[in-house]
Amino acid sequence: MALNNIWVFAQLANGAPTSATLELLSKARSLSSNVVAFLGADGGNAAAALGEFGATKVYATGDLGGALPGVAVSGAMKAVIDGGETPDLIMFPQNYEGRDVMARLSVKLDKTVITNNVDIADSGNGVTVTTPIFGGNTLVNTTFTGAAPFLAAFRPKSFAVEPAGGAAAAVTSVSVPDSGAAKVTAVHVEETSGPKLDEADIVVSGGRGLGEASNYGLIEELSKLLKGAPGASRAIVDAGWVPYSFQVGQTGKVVKPNVYIAVGISGATQHMVGMKGSKNIIAINKDKEAPIFGVADLGIVGDALKVVPKLIEALKGR
Amino acid sequence: MNVIVCVKQIPDPAVPGALDGSTNTLKRDGKLILDDSDAYGVEMALQLVDKAGGGEVSLVSMAPNSETSGLRTALAMGAAKGVLVSDPALQGSDALTTAKVLAAAVQRLGGADLIIAATESSDGYTGTVPEQMAEVLGLPSVTFAKKVSVENGALKVDRQTEAGYDEVTCPLPALISVTAGVVEPRYPSFKGIMAAKSKPVEEVKASDLGVTPVGWEGAGQKITSVTQAEARQAGEVIEDDGETFGKIVEFLENLKVI
Repeated sequence: MALNNIWVFAQLANGAPTSATLELLSKARSLSSNVVAFLGADGGNAAAALGEFGATKVYATGDLGGALPGVAVSGAMKAVIDGGETPDLIMFPQNYEGRDVMARLSVKLDKTVITNNVDIADSGNGVTVTTPIFGGNTLVNTTFTGAAPFLAAFRPKSFAVEPAGGAAAAVTSVSVPDSGAAKVTAVHVEETSGPKLDEADIVVSGGRGLGEASNYGLIEELSKLLKGAPGASRAIVDAGWVPYSFQVGQTGKVVKPNVYIAVGISGATQHMVGMKGSKNIIAINKDKEAPIFGVADLGIVGDALKVVPKLIEALKGR
Repeated sequence: MNVIVCVKQIPDPAVPGALDGSTNTLKRDGKLILDDSDAYGVEMALQLVDKAGGGEVSLVSMAPNSETSGLRTALAMGAAKGVLVSDPALQGSDALTTAKVLAAAVQRLGGADLIIAATESSDGYTGTVPEQMAEVLGLPSVTFAKKVSVENGALKVDRQTEAGYDEVTCPLPALISVTAGVVEPRYPSFKGIMAAKSKPVEEVKASDLGVTPVGWEGAGQKITSVTQAEARQAGEVIEDDGETFGKIVEFLENLKVI
């Protein structure tokens, strides 16, 4: 089938489209000439950027006023579809809001969902998505067999961001039939200074091998010296050493920096999924059997608390 | 306060996963255990019921071969009873069908003030079932809860976001998905393990719940091929002799990043 009409669940951060949104729009535009950016926010200021990267139309709910997008945006999407629009494919970013909107919509439309994808192809005979499993060692290709619309979620950094050179997309306001009973009452930001984790050229991540929370300071110092961003394994986020926003992995951020330094991280599947796409990987770990050494370009079998302080001294001395 | 926790019984994550050669779905025929991610929900439920000063924690689960070993772990922690949906016709169910089945199991228990699930399972990790259940049940929901309390009959939740977290309020009844680390799951006591053996677990089929199993292909998706990803080659691995930091400096110099 041809994908005549693709919707992308679009998100904004500080008024501008997120990188995940631009990735999905870029890919959608390569598959179809009709691409709708569906926003659970006010669309006016973002219309130019959304158009530049592939959107031909913007549907915007306006500010959600503290409502969670799951109920609100899925209801708005359903209302537009009930009104006669026929998207063939609806693409979602694999993140909190994307998952919630997709899940609610799948029930409203009684359609299956395929999540955690890294690629999509339209062969003319069917639309197929690719999902990595077993830590990314195996790729599963799944074809949608039912009637459109197909619902699929994609991991961040699956597609290159490519400007399509389009004009500002026309914004159509859509109504929110139900904003849901859950309400956001306060927003807390846990950003660090320096480059953002998922955009940094160098990422230094720490794990259990650091021994205790106070030793995470070594990770911050090393990443600062390298002008990179500090990251973490799920184990130390769960243990409360660092905020969740530091987490690299399947349930955290996906990073693809030029250099990834894993310190005291064994390399559980959960973590590897989030960093295996890094160009160069350095690992420091006590256990020489640790799976992280299977993907590292340079592996140091040793105590992170001995190696890292010396590395920091050497870098400071340059 | 009555709480229902969705628990998944999964193949031991310590054993490498494998696909069934005929269906290309994950093999789940060996011994199954309680998904670690669900232990947090069980603990959270027990604490909330305790704080409320009354009520009980019930479990719902869907698993092949009448498997109850994971359910027994949760019962040993302190849950009172469970409903297990085990039906060969449900094999290969997609997330949407799973959500419909679990929602029907929740209704069979008469509903609850709060329904708790993990954010995603450790084996399939589709990650949509909790929110799909909420939609099927017509309930409000807060996903990715990392801190939960009940005040004046309403939920107060710290919900993870990309940048940090949001404070969210939500009336009951509701459904939440909780992240790992939200609470420290207790270890079942010996007494708890013994008591769990006689706690009631009702086993039902999809037809008992009024859900029509559609299987994998009926759900609208078909696995067309499975391939091996290009493996990343391991590089040089060296034992630290006190001087290996120099190797790292050299490596970074060669990349011209320092």
